[in-house]
Amino acid sequence: MAMISFALIRQRSVAVVGGATQQLHSLPRYHGYFAAVRVFIPCIFLFLLWLVGGEAVIENLIISGLPDALKSTNSEQISLVLNRIQLAVQHGEQSTSDANILAAAERYSSLYNKGLWSTFWLTVAIGLTGYYLSKNRTQANFRARNNFEKTMSITLAASSFLAIVVTLGIVASLIFESLRFFQQIPIQDFLFGLHWSPQTALRADQVASAGAFGAIPLFAGTFLISLLAMMVAGPIGLFAAIYLTQYANQRVRAVAKPVLEILAGVPTVVYGFFAALTVAPMLRDAGGAIGVDVASESALAAGLVMGVMIIPFVSSLSDDAITAVPSSLKDGSFALGATKAETISQVLLPAALPGVVGAFLLAISRAIGETMIVVMAAGMRPNLTANPLEAVTTVTVQIVALLTGDQEFDSPKTLSAFALGLALFVITLLLNIAALRMVRKYREAYD
Amino acid sequence: MTDRSKITTVNSSVPTDWKSDAMQARIGRRYRRERIFRSLGLAAVVISVLFLVFLLGNIVKNGAYGFMQTSVSLDVTFNADLLGDPSVLSAEEFTEKVRKTNMLRLIQASMRDLFPDVKGRRDTRALLRLVSTGARAQLRDMILANPSLVGNTERVELLTSDDIDQVIKGNIDITLAEANRKVKDKELSWLKTLQDDDRISLDFHSQFLTGGDSREPELAGVWGAIVGSALTLMVTLVTAFPIGLFAAVYLEEFAPKNRFTDIIEININNLAAVPSIVFGLLGLAVFLSVMGMPRSAPIVGGLTLALLTLPTVIIASRASIAAVPPSIRDAARGLGASPMQVVFHHVIPLAMPGIMTGTIIGMARALGESAPLLMIGMVAFIVDIPGSINDAATVLPVQIYLWADSPERAFVEKTSAAIMVLLFFLIAMNGVAIWLRQKFEQKW
Repeated sequence: MAMISFALIRQRSVAVVGGATQQLHSLPRYHGYFAAVRVFIPCIFLFLLWLVGGEAVIENLIISGLPDALKSTNSEQISLVLNRIQLAVQHGEQSTSDANILAAAERYSSLYNKGLWSTFWLTVAIGLTGYYLSKNRTQANFRARNNFEKTMSITLAASSFLAIVVTLGIVASLIFESLRFFQQIPIQDFLFGLHWSPQTALRADQVASAGAFGAIPLFAGTFLISLLAMMVAGPIGLFAAIYLTQYANQRVRAVAKPVLEILAGVPTVVYGFFAALTVAPMLRDAGGAIGVDVASESALAAGLVMGVMIIPFVSSLSDDAITAVPSSLKDGSFALGATKAETISQVLLPAALPGVVGAFLLAISRAIGETMIVVMAAGMRPNLTANPLEAVTTVTVQIVALLTGDQEFDSPKTLSAFALGLALFVITLLLNIAALRMVRKYREAYD
Repeated sequence: MTDRSKITTVNSSVPTDWKSDAMQARIGRRYRRERIFRSLGLAAVVISVLFLVFLLGNIVKNGAYGFMQTSVSLDVTFNADLLGDPSVLSAEEFTEKVRKTNMLRLIQASMRDLFPDVKGRRDTRALLRLVSTGARAQLRDMILANPSLVGNTERVELLTSDDIDQVIKGNIDITLAEANRKVKDKELSWLKTLQDDDRISLDFHSQFLTGGDSREPELAGVWGAIVGSALTLMVTLVTAFPIGLFAAVYLEEFAPKNRFTDIIEININNLAAVPSIVFGLLGLAVFLSVMGMPRSAPIVGGLTLALLTLPTVIIASRASIAAVPPSIRDAARGLGASPMQVVFHHVIPLAMPGIMTGTIIGMARALGESAPLLMIGMVAFIVDIPGSINDAATVLPVQIYLWADSPERAFVEKTSAAIMVLLFFLIAMNGVAIWLRQKFEQKW
């Protein structure tokens, strides 16, 4: 529709001045663009409105129209009834024999169709209105280009504004759900509790533990695995960066740097598979050979593989930090007779320290937030231990475990995942901000 | 330099005797330390590279067999009494009859000819289990596609079960005690007979690339996941590319330098480092429970991944737009172009290669991402090939995750093979990105 009005209005603008386009203030195609935007933007808004709100409105209408027998104040029951109605809509009469449900299903589909068609016609109507509005304004002195460009610049600003909206969305959804969680579980129990077992009784008559939501074992597990990962990635990444910037010749550098980058590009699910099926059995066999008992889902396997994954994060950022050190410092050190190793360890690294620390912090934040490797290679059992040979679980593992599969939205079990997510978000955000500060402060010192 | 304190103890009026044994020893020590330092650096690089080689080698070694499947050729008699006679029955009746027929009886009949001495229900059933459960559908489709087969005896290649397949590929250790392995001696002896008869073959298995998921390793394929990934990425591209580009243009060309745009900039940088699983939580909370979009659908996955790739696209586009020299803008302005015309007619076309490169790299990252998709329910077991962005679907990495969790030994090689498919797509995408960069890169 937008395209049609583009073509029509463009033609019209030419016709208005009788083909003498130089009399128009704006080029004909800007008149066309202007009309197209006028038609397109309201239409797309209406369509989105229908997509987002349409179903909810219909569901409310259906619920209010339900016979009393099916009415219930309980929100879960209502959603159950709605599910049955929707099944009946899709599969017709085989799915249910309840006449009420069938009637409701019929109403549902008729309402849905009505809604769809009314949206469609409303869209057409709005589009036509937009078309006529812009048609009336198609005159020789109409500043179509300026108008169109104003719309465009608003669109541009709105796009970048979206980045803020996303962050706000993350924060809002996390905080909102977490607050509901903390209404049921006190926040100090969550932050300082030593026991994590989120299985709560689904029905009142079930015999089950009341559910404990102490997140300390999860934080400890996350910390342990991140520490192991950094013990691998820290030295290897740093030494790789040193070698590539200070010792390697151009050819080695040209080959080795992309190879290191590949390590960061391999999907994490591949690392997870590798950790679970190759590294973990290898460690267990090795442990068995020297008489040490290694769990088949040991923290060590996950930590080692994760360490390899974050090597490139450490190395490429440290690389940048080391190269940014002014060469006068290096030359000065050489002039005093220091060897290369002495120059690096006593001049370059101290000078590049903020950047290197920033790189480490970013790598740690990456390790804390990493999911697939630990989901596949670390255990599920909360375990408060510092022994890397045992199985531990992490924050991300528990989020996945709590939220995969069917779930109801109100139970503390599901909501606890959002509280964990919030904790994860806050920790990684703080690490990132600290890292960026470090890097930036240090850059200012030398530029 | 830690030796400085010692140097000062030397009497300053006497010049340092560099030839003395103590000095020579010290210099030797320092050079030794230098060599150690250097070799540590080299070792770090070598370890990383070796690990990558080991990782990829391991995957390829495991996965190469994933594209192959063992099949057994049997002489199947298409018995007209069982299947119905297509010359007598109408087409619909024949189809109906064939669909109702238990194809195992055809296989049983041909097996009986091969192993006349296998008696007893348990043994017979074990014998039939040599053949994959998918063989029934395979036979049925054959007959329906070609009704003239009925009444004849044909040599048909049927897939074997995954256990037999693993024995042929050497992944099941047949030297173990019988109680410790899945495939028993009796089955092995049958297999031996079939092998001596030259009926067992290991061939390229096209169903792996064209089929959907299955609980049976020998029937499972990645096409469903590939289509799911493609649909998801399409949604991601359609959302993230224009929004990312517009945001970059605004921030780089139009935004006033004030607090607000500063906040946006910091925000985008931080957003790039938020763990991907948090985006999954956002998708779950906003798209699924607030907007009520369908679970497991590529549209939700695509939108979630779009939010994830948005910072990457914005940062890459900004860098590329900033690299266009100001002289281009000044020239266009001088010729009377409006600011909007300068950007859309000159700056963006010139920056396009860089923007495309950044977008493709972002897409490649989205293709390998699985954690946020677990949150929005794309982990379901889905056999059908998704047809639209609203169908339930899964994507390649999640498929890999699901298969990696399966207990059957045969899924190990299927998983590795699926990883090879995924890596192939990733390498292809990155290759295109590098090619674009090298072909269109301009030095101003």
